[in-house]
Amino acid sequence: MKDIVYEYDGSFDGFLCCVYESYTQKENPTGFFVGEADCTLFDTRYIPTVAAHAKRVYRSFFKTSQVFGPLLQRAWLTILPEKELQLFALIRLFYRLGPVALQDLSHETVSAVRRAVRHLEEEAQQLRGFVRFSEFGGVLGAEIEPKNRVLPLLRGHFCGRYREESFFIYDRTHREALFYAAHQSRIVPLEQFQMNAPGEEEAAYRVLWKRFYDTISIRERENPRGRMSKMPKRYWGTMTEFQSEDFFVSPCAAGILHSTVTPSADEAFPAPSAPDGIPAPETPPVCGHTAPV
Amino acid sequence: MELLDKLTILADAAKYDAACTSSGVRRGSRPGMIGNTSSSLAGCCHSFSADGRCITLLKVLMTNYCVYDCKYCVNRCTNDVPRAAFTPRELAELTIGFYRRNYIEGLFLSSGVVGSPDNTMELMIRALRILRQEYRFNGYIHAKAIPGASPELVTQLGLLADRLSVNIEMPSEASLQTLCPNKTKSAILRPMGQIRQECMENKEALAKYRHAPTFAPAGQSTQMIVGASGESDRHILRLSQSLYDRYRLKRVFFSAYVPVVEHALLPSRDTKPPLLREHRLYQADWLLRFYGFRAEELLDEDEPNFNPLLDPKCCWALNHLEQFPVEVNTADYEMLLRVPGIGVVSAKRILVNRRVASLGFDELKRLGVVLKRARYFITCRGKRDTRLPLVPEKLLPSLTAADRNPLQQSGYEQTSLFAV
Ligand code: SF4
Repeated sequence: MKDIVYEYDGSFDGFLCCVYESYTQKENPTGFFVGEADCTLFDTRYIPTVAAHAKRVYRSFFKTSQVFGPLLQRAWLTILPEKELQLFALIRLFYRLGPVALQDLSHETVSAVRRAVRHLEEEAQQLRGFVRFSEFGGVLGAEIEPKNRVLPLLRGHFCGRYREESFFIYDRTHREALFYAAHQSRIVPLEQFQMNAPGEEEAAYRVLWKRFYDTISIRERENPRGRMSKMPKRYWGTMTEFQSEDFFVSPCAAGILHSTVTPSADEAFPAPSAPDGIPAPETPPVCGHTAPV
Repeated sequence: MELLDKLTILADAAKYDAACTSSGVRRGSRPGMIGNTSSSLAGCCHSFSADGRCITLLKVLMTNYCVYDCKYCVNRCTNDVPRAAFTPRELAELTIGFYRRNYIEGLFLSSGVVGSPDNTMELMIRALRILRQEYRFNGYIHAKAIPGASPELVTQLGLLADRLSVNIEMPSEASLQTLCPNKTKSAILRPMGQIRQECMENKEALAKYRHAPTFAPAGQSTQMIVGASGESDRHILRLSQSLYDRYRLKRVFFSAYVPVVEHALLPSRDTKPPLLREHRLYQADWLLRFYGFRAEELLDEDEPNFNPLLDPKCCWALNHLEQFPVEVNTADYEMLLRVPGIGVVSAKRILVNRRVASLGFDELKRLGVVLKRARYFITCRGKRDTRLPLVPEKLLPSLTAADRNPLQQSGYEQTSLFAV
């Protein structure tokens, strides 16, 4: 068997094609690179992604096990160090020993992969609760900052929960987004994303939630460490209850409030509770950074 | 009054209720409706408040006006606090608004008694109707049945809610009489009995007709206040057990009494809530529900209270050293569960993995079994991990060290994998 470094496109299918090559060409991959390897010390070869090859490899798992394929797919979403090499080792083990290999948690590779998958699943489970949506004209939007690529695991849950809604979840870490509308969902790469400022109703709900959150705690029982262990700080960044003040103010509302200070503007600007905060005719829009001072 | 102020008052008044789980039903999404009940049986925590407790439901009162005078309660009629009431529509709208933003898994609705129990329940039912029928809400609802309300209303409430609860609050009739002059034991137990009956009948009906309306599919629970009155742990635990047996309760919650008023019959205001005691009771409750223990095994007349230094299972094990050590490669599931430090997950993992290869201490560690306490009570392939002799005097210090800071985990009971 020849030692070799594979270059591939970084996708799960691409990885399966590498597996295919290694078995058909009798090669032993010692490294995997996404795109071009910048080091030519080793023999390297680019493996194009061929759907048929990927499929063949994936199907082969099911000859003896219903769970191995799905397990690999999940493992692919994790932050397992040296993921490709580890998974390649696992596949080898699986081909050699069959499904019993997966039960042997005392094996280094098996337990490392299992642990990584458990970590992914736990993170997804926690995020099912911690994701915070905002509403923008009927569409719900959320941002998350997970360690693992959890979107595929959140998909089923949220598509069920918000069955008749349209929503999206943006994953800042991996720059991809889950979109759902008209009962269809997709996960797509998304390089840049900036959340809109909240409208009045949205801002009001944020305030209500923050108040509820602060009120429901019993002072005599305060336990910051307990809270931290159940809800590690890394989640707080995208949770409504931990945002700073300006998160709770709609720029539209702020603009209106400011302008009502000048008596002449009273008529021009409706009261803060006017429907949707739509400015009266012939007045400049009050949203944005240029709100009257 | 502004909605924000109402929410503040009515959440503040509801916060002493310990129940906050959304568990026990598994209902997928439905066309035309919003929401599902959590995809796992465990329920789903949406946040944790500064006291470390899980927030999963919007926990509020319909109103904190109350005609009763329960001595321990902030909302009792003789207490001078600001009062508020949601309109049914306000509450339904707020719930949907929170639910859509994924702040919550559903609603936990309770109430002070405004006018009469029936009047109160009617208000609650109206709110839940709007939520279920108009807003097509398919998420979780936990509703409190008000003691003394008529059976028809309890039925209606059960058809709208996933879980019902009637709070016992006082662990004995004597304390009930002194501290809740307006409530009677029978007024509390009657709806409990009714709910149990209807839940059973509903299960049969559902078995016959798939589309029969469901009645409280997540069953019923109750809560007891710990530390407001003088009952022992043993008394409380035995009461819990008989409630599980007789009323098929899904959960008994314990709420460490937080002194909110000065009253001759109650602990003084500067008393700290007995959090450790509450924690021990939850641990013991766990042992009743998932580990096959009975209350009598855990506490007896000579020792009617739990040891603050040691968890109940450890205590039990120390008193039954003749049953240890246990060989992990051969012991049956029930016995594994009785080993301090081995829980349901670990025990199951051991069963699965020992079929593949015999287990030593390293393998156990890799399986994620925490050995801190367990190692004193097990053997692997006939060998012990430690030279420590099995003498209680020597074991105790090492075990209490392993149990240090149990309160860091308080709130655990609400988040655990096994909440049913
Ligand atoms: S009935 Fe008793 S416990 Fe319930 S709100 Fe009224 S005073 Fe409080």
